[in-house]
This record gives sequence, C-alpha cells and structure tokens, in this order.
Amino acid sequence: MARTPAELVGAQPDPPFEITFDGRRITAVPGQSVAAALWAAGILSWRTTRTGGRPRGAFCGIGQCFDCLVTINGDPNRRACLVAARPGDAVTTQEGHGHDRLGV
Amino acid sequence: MTDSASEPYDLAVVGAGPAGLAGAVAAAELGLGVVLLDASAHTGGQFYRQPAPQARAARPEALHHDWSAYAGLRRRLAESSVRHLPGHHVWSITHEAPAWSVHCLTGDDGSDEQPVRVRARAVLLATGAYERHLPFPGWTLPGVVSAGGAQAMLKSGLVLPGRRIVVAGSGPLLLAVASSLAAAGARVPALVEASGYLAYARHPRALAANPQKAAEALVHGAALLRHGVRLRSRSAVTAVHGTDRVEAVTVTRLDRTWRPVQGSGRRIACDALAVGHGLVPQIELATALGCATRTSADGTSALVLGPLQETSVRGLWAAGETGGVGGVRLALAEGELAGIAVAARLGAGRARGSRIVQLRRRRDRMRAFADAMAAAHTPGPGWRCWLADDTDVCRCEEVTAGRIREAVDDLGARDARTVKLLTRAGMGWCQGRMCGPAVACLAARDGAPEPPPERRPFAVPVPMSVLAQCADQPNTAP
Ligand SMILES: Cc1cc2nc3c(=O)[nH]c(=O)nc-3n(C[C@H](O)[C@H](O)[C@H](O)COP(=O)(O)OP(=O)(O)OC[C@H]3O[C@@H](n4cnc5c(N)ncnc54)[C@H](O)[C@@H]3O)c2cc1C
Ligand code: FES
Repeated sequence: MARTPAELVGAQPDPPFEITFDGRRITAVPGQSVAAALWAAGILSWRTTRTGGRPRGAFCGIGQCFDCLVTINGDPNRRACLVAARPGDAVTTQEGHGHDRLGV
Repeated sequence: MTDSASEPYDLAVVGAGPAGLAGAVAAAELGLGVVLLDASAHTGGQFYRQPAPQARAARPEALHHDWSAYAGLRRRLAESSVRHLPGHHVWSITHEAPAWSVHCLTGDDGSDEQPVRVRARAVLLATGAYERHLPFPGWTLPGVVSAGGAQAMLKSGLVLPGRRIVVAGSGPLLLAVASSLAAAGARVPALVEASGYLAYARHPRALAANPQKAAEALVHGAALLRHGVRLRSRSAVTAVHGTDRVEAVTVTRLDRTWRPVQGSGRRIACDALAVGHGLVPQIELATALGCATRTSADGTSALVLGPLQETSVRGLWAAGETGGVGGVRLALAEGELAGIAVAARLGAGRARGSRIVQLRRRRDRMRAFADAMAAAHTPGPGWRCWLADDTDVCRCEEVTAGRIREAVDDLGARDARTVKLLTRAGMGWCQGRMCGPAVACLAARDGAPEPPPERRPFAVPVPMSVLAQCADQPNTAP
C-alpha cells in the first residue's frame, strides 16, 4: 500500500529546488503550486485576516475562495493554490489588507 | 469555416474539463475552427486533475476512474486543429454582432499584464462547478479544507493537508475523496455523511438504469472498507477543536432535518478535516448574458438547456455541471452532444443522427439519476442549529452568524442580497461563492431558501487597469 501520494502515482519528479517562507527554506518540486509546496512542508497558514487577524491558508484548492492569498516576491494577493512555485521565490505571510489592486 | 488560427473562431469553448474537452474535440472533428480556453495550465478540469508533467508520474491513473477516457480525448485534442489556450481566465463574455467576444486575463492566477479577447461565432460554456459549504464552529481553522480542494491538491500537487483526516459533509464526492486520501497514505478515521445513504433506495428505477454508478459506489465502498474508514451517516462535524490548527473534531448525530441530537457528540482526534456539501454549477458568465436558470433538486441554480444543450440565449451552449451537477460521464456525453449540435447549426459536417439519439438517451438517463442523488443530499433546515453566534459565515469579510441573524430577525432582511447590503456577507473576494448558499438559508428563516442567483459582475476579479483598457482592447494577441 502506498504511504505517500508520490509513491501512489509513481512520481519521479525533476530535481527539487528551494523557496523561502518568511525566511525559512523549504523545498518545492517543479510544477508544484506555492500552496502545495507549503503543505508539503507542513505549513497550513500563510495569511492573517483583516478584521480578526486570524490565520488562514488554502481552503478550496482551486482558485475560488481567495483564502490562500499570499505575498510572493513582494507582490501581495497572489492565490497560492494557482501560482506555480519558482526557484528562489520569497513567500511571506500576508497580513490584513486586500482590495487595493482589484475591482472585485 | 475559418481556419483555427484566425478569428473569429467558429466555436469558443470555455473550460477544458471533461465536458469542454469532449465538446471541443467533437466540433473540431466535424470541421469547425475551435478555441479551447481554461484558467488552468492543463486540460482535464476537476475530475481529470493531474500532477504537472515535471512530476513524471508513471501511474497518474491511480487517482482516477476512467483515465482511459481522458487519455483518448487528450490524444484526439493533440491530433485536432483545436487551439488550446491554457492560463486564460475568462471574466466576461459580450456579444458584438455577428460574434461573441470572450474576455480573458492571463497567467497562473490571472495577474499577467496582457489581457486577451477572443472572438467566436458560438460559445460552449463548460465551466463546471464549485463546492457548496455550510458553516459550523471552527470551519475557518487552518487544517479545515474543502473536500474537493483536498482532492484537487492531492491530484495536482501530490500533497495532503495532514496525516489523519476526517472527511465530512454530504454528497457522493465524499466517497471519492475519502478513498483517494486513504489510498495516498492518509489515515481517514471517519467519513461523516449528513444524509442517510438509504435515501437512494427510494429511487430504484434511476439506480437500475445506471449500473455503472452502482458499480462505482461499490468500488469506493470496498476501498473504504480496506482502509478501515468508518462510515457514519446521519451525522455531521459540529465543532472543530484547536487554536492555530485542527486537533480534533466533534461528530454529532443528526435527526431527519439535520438538527443535532443533543448529547450524541463524540470527539475524534485528527489533524485535518476535508468538508463539503455538494456542488454548485458555476454559471455567472451565462447569467450575465441573460440565460434562464432553474432550481435543481438539491436547491442550486443551474442553466435551463434545450434538447441539444443550447441555453435560452441563441448561440450560447452549455454542458457538464453548468446544466446541473451530474458527474464526469454525464459531462462527457453532454459535451460531445453540444459539439455536434454547434457543428450542425454552423452547417459543418454531415448530420450524425444516430449518435445524437444515442447521446441524448444516455444524457437523459444520467440526468434522472443525478436528480435522485441531488434530492437525497439536499441540506435539511436543521443545519442552522450547528451555528454559534460567533461562527463566521462569510469567510472573506468575517461576518458571523450572530450578525446575520440580527439582520434577519431585527432588521427584516428576507433574502441574501439584503443581508449582504446590511452585513457585507458575500461582498468579499470570493463574491459569495463560499457563503452564498448558507446566507440564503439563514435569510429564508423557516421557509424554503431561494438559491442565490449566481450573478456576479465578473467571473473572476479584474484589475481596474484592465477595465479601463477594455474599450480600446486589441484582438487576441499572438
Ligand atoms: C474541487 C472539485 C473536485 C472534484 N473532484 C472530483 C472527483 O475527484 N471525482 C469526481 O467524480 N468528481 C469530482 N468533482 C466533480 C466534477 O465537477 C465533475 O465530476 C467533472 O469534473 C465535471 O466536469 P465539467 O467538465 O462539467 O467541469 P470541470 O471538470 O469542473 O471543468 C471546468 C473547467 O472550466 C475551467 N473554468 C471555469 N471557469 C472558468 C473561467 N471563468 N475561465 C476559464 N476557465 C474556467 C476550470 O478551470 C475547469 O478546468 C470535483 C469538483 C470540484 C469542484
Ligand atoms: S485555496 Fe481557495 S483560492 Fe486558493
């Protein structure tokens, strides 16, 4: 019986690379979303809410809930479940604010 | 016929899931110039979601039934003249005679600089569904993820939200999610279903006509047994415990109306919860164009479709979950039927009467089954008793159940729109996708809730700069 998802599908991924989350180094495999790389490192939250300051991370996993918003290389409000991780990405916890750039 | 590299195309297909793929391939094989747009970098949609090519998965089929159907479509797509545009997020469709304009943002999350417009004589909407959520105390805690989301992250990212995952909510998707999480190495201590599965027994005719569905349920059932997953029906997770992440959940028995049975709560230790209450058709691109909708058996809004999948707006077709949630095989049949119908309308190919008859029969049979399933999993009104006053209902704007009750009981709001104006519930980033069904129920008090109208100004959030540019936008780029 498979013990990991990668074993289940017989994945032999291209060589992994590093990204950072709030300065901490974590490993991502090519093609993985930022959210998947964070989950793989056991990290489930990377945003705090505007009003309550509560921790949030990926919820819907498919780009619809916007709970996974995060700052990537200084750029806020990126959906971590959609954006592919790239070598050297600096991912940082996003605190509060939201709508300034988008006209929802 | 236009050649596929020039505009306008004969057909623009929005969504490259099972329905959109089947439709694009069928239409192209009958000679149409087809463009296939999807927000995602890959074809396959929700069901055939798969690891990125760089993961080099030797057995991608391990997480899917019916992989061969997808492999066949993917091969036909590669051999066809269809122009596939991945990473295109469609935010609006407009009609400027004689063609439709499909407006897109580009990039992984739609944040690339260059917006794109694609023109086509007909449009097939195959945008699928999103998951329906009912709030409960603790559902915003990290480690609580949507059931379909856990499945999606597993299928594409090969990751799990925890090691010990309770699966809960309602609907057939939970069976698939629990069995794939367990197959991928998670321990699934319980699958908690709010309905009684016996409800299907009330529709023996629909079941008998769909032996494949019964077989699928058996496969999942056997997998769950093998992995030691305990099935608890007529129960719900009514509380999540933990401060910064999930440590345990309370599972409570429900009566027929989904009201918790006092004193029946049991704590189950876990580090994640995957939860969802069925699916909602994603139809805002169509409702913005005035397409008629109907309320389906499970209380969601779906598009009204003619015998050959055309919406109430001429020239605009739909297939798959947009016409009512019904699963992958129905999506495949409807997509193909729509592709053939568009080709016939535009005068391409020879009439394929016998195939049309066969597909229509298959579709009607599966729709009847889908309706029976939907009815069995319709939320009972008693779910509202799960809520504490401080439970967040709207995740984006952090609007609590207490504030919504105030708007309803004290200020007289009777529908989701009024509640939204009074409390901001549904006004945030997700535009009410996560809280809409729940807010509609709360606003209806004891009456039957009106399904939210699924009207949104844009299908995806749009930067102001793009809106400003819209008037003088160039036609599709490369
Ligand atoms: C998160 C999730 C997980 C699911 N997992 C399973 C499962 O494991 N097993 C199962 O049997 N069923 C699953 N389903 C049910 C699924 O809806 C159907 O079985 C099947 O995938 C439906 O096919 P479809 O072609 O109608 O839609 P989908 O497969 O949902 O395809 C729709 C496509 O349209 C694209 N799209 C939507 N809106 C836009 C837009 N505005 N612009 C551009 N592209 C857009 C999406 O990216 C997607 O690729 C899941 C559903 C969801 C929501
Ligand atoms: S997890 Fe919902 S948008 Fe990313």
